[in-house]
Amino acid sequence: MAMLEVKDLHVFYGVIEAIKGISFSVEAGEVIALIGANGAGKTTTLHTITGLIQAKQGEILFEGQNLCKTPPHKIVSMGMAHVPEGRRIFAELSVFANLKLGAYTRHDKHEIDQTLEMVYDRFPRLKERRGQIAGTLSGGEQQMLAMGRALMSRPKIILMDEPSMGLSPLYVSQIFSIIEEIRRSGTTVLLVEQNAKKALEIADRAYVLETGNIALEGDAHMLMENDSVKRAYLGE
Amino acid sequence: MKTRLQRLLPLAGAALLYGVILLLMATKVLPRSYQQMLPTICTYIIMAVSLNLVVGFLGDLSLGHAAFYAVGAYVGGMILRYLTAIPFGVRVIVAIAAAAAVAFVIGGAFLYFVRKLHGDYLAIVTLAFGEFVRSIVKIIPGTGGSAGLTDIPTIAAGAFPIKYIKAFSWSYVIMVISIFLIVNLIRSRHGRAIMAVRDNSIAAASVGINVSRCRIVTFAIAALFAGIAGVLYAANTAAVNPADFDYNVSIEVLVMVVLGGMGNIGGSIIATIILVALPKVLLDAAQYRLLIYAIALIAMMMLNANPRFTAFKRRVSEKTSKFVKSLGRGRD
Repeated sequence: MAMLEVKDLHVFYGVIEAIKGISFSVEAGEVIALIGANGAGKTTTLHTITGLIQAKQGEILFEGQNLCKTPPHKIVSMGMAHVPEGRRIFAELSVFANLKLGAYTRHDKHEIDQTLEMVYDRFPRLKERRGQIAGTLSGGEQQMLAMGRALMSRPKIILMDEPSMGLSPLYVSQIFSIIEEIRRSGTTVLLVEQNAKKALEIADRAYVLETGNIALEGDAHMLMENDSVKRAYLGE
Repeated sequence: MKTRLQRLLPLAGAALLYGVILLLMATKVLPRSYQQMLPTICTYIIMAVSLNLVVGFLGDLSLGHAAFYAVGAYVGGMILRYLTAIPFGVRVIVAIAAAAAVAFVIGGAFLYFVRKLHGDYLAIVTLAFGEFVRSIVKIIPGTGGSAGLTDIPTIAAGAFPIKYIKAFSWSYVIMVISIFLIVNLIRSRHGRAIMAVRDNSIAAASVGINVSRCRIVTFAIAALFAGIAGVLYAANTAAVNPADFDYNVSIEVLVMVVLGGMGNIGGSIIATIILVALPKVLLDAAQYRLLIYAIALIAMMMLNANPRFTAFKRRVSEKTSKFVKSLGRGRD
């Protein structure tokens, strides 16, 4: 059984159909990339999975449970963490408080401290700046904070929305190597990206979204060789 | 990590301040008009600090905090006035508990119904709710209608200065407890959640915070403390009138919060003391009280929008905190 399975998902904004019946699955331990241009429906798909938007039709199964009617705040305790697009950190709170909030649904105080140490080990920069107000961090550091915060809930699967958006090439490489580390530590990753090249490099499988439909799917390295993917997303 | 002792330190400070003020009152060093003002300051501090919880920490603009002040004043005032079988001291406690509970429920229920509203929309609705409560109060039997509720037994009983000492003591103790509870709430895990909702509601939901419930409960807690402040008002003035709770009161309290700094409890306390006491100190200025408020609000908003002023403010606060820390080191 797949860890996360989306079946025939339809999502509307008013009368406009943003997602037109897509289906995909994520197996435990995989990195799955969802690539596509602006307006293809990538963020909408993630928001529907995490309950921020209600689907009109279709099923979202996470470990066999249907998530369609689950409110966003209950998703986290089921083992799914969401790193929202655009570095949505808590700008007026300290780095430490941001990370603590990542563990908001956990009550095992001692183990939370252990997770915090683990996150600090993975992001030494966050440890250095733990007392700093999060809004004063640089863009790359804020993205790391958003990822660290998601890890604080000890998720089975982590959904990342455009982690490379607006970052310098150096930070982009760093963010992607962190995603690989996260996968190595046993967490499944569903990655939504416009940076198709980077995403396909680290993903196992990928789905190409075009105006609310899945246009292509398959092994990530095979997709990199696909002519239409090359032309449309890799600029070759 | 702060130890329990360090957390209790502010309470010791509050007790010391109480002793000093009491001494000034008993020896009549503090003139009568100032003694009379002290319970009002305490009442307004509870109002400002609780409104700050909504405006500064939760990030929702409320223009109707006086509604819950009115609820507390009437519930408390009616209990004090009619339940004469209960001894007075106990009756005050009962009044506070009942007013707090009713204000909490009304505050929570109100936000539950308008939970989809944010920003300007919520602000307008709270403004309307304040006027709504004021009108409803008039038609409830036992409230005295438009003429108001009179002959409320007062905590300011006895001769000068005993009566003011009594009124101040009640108000001060209840104020300190209120501030203590609110500050502890803010520093807790729940407080962090409240600020997370303010900073980014999508991210707050993504870490597992129930954003709607958080807003409803926070608003209800702020209403609860406004209700307690209302009881103090009724018990100090011995009479409450619907006109005492019009939107000007909500705006006055909002000015205190803005002047003291949104999200800054100490600032709210200082701003309240200044804004309540200043017109009394500058006797001739009393008639210009609302003018002073208006100018203060305009000036604060303009200054806070100015990057050079905010940079200056940050420099000053850094220097002050360094100074305070160095004092702490000196003591060790």
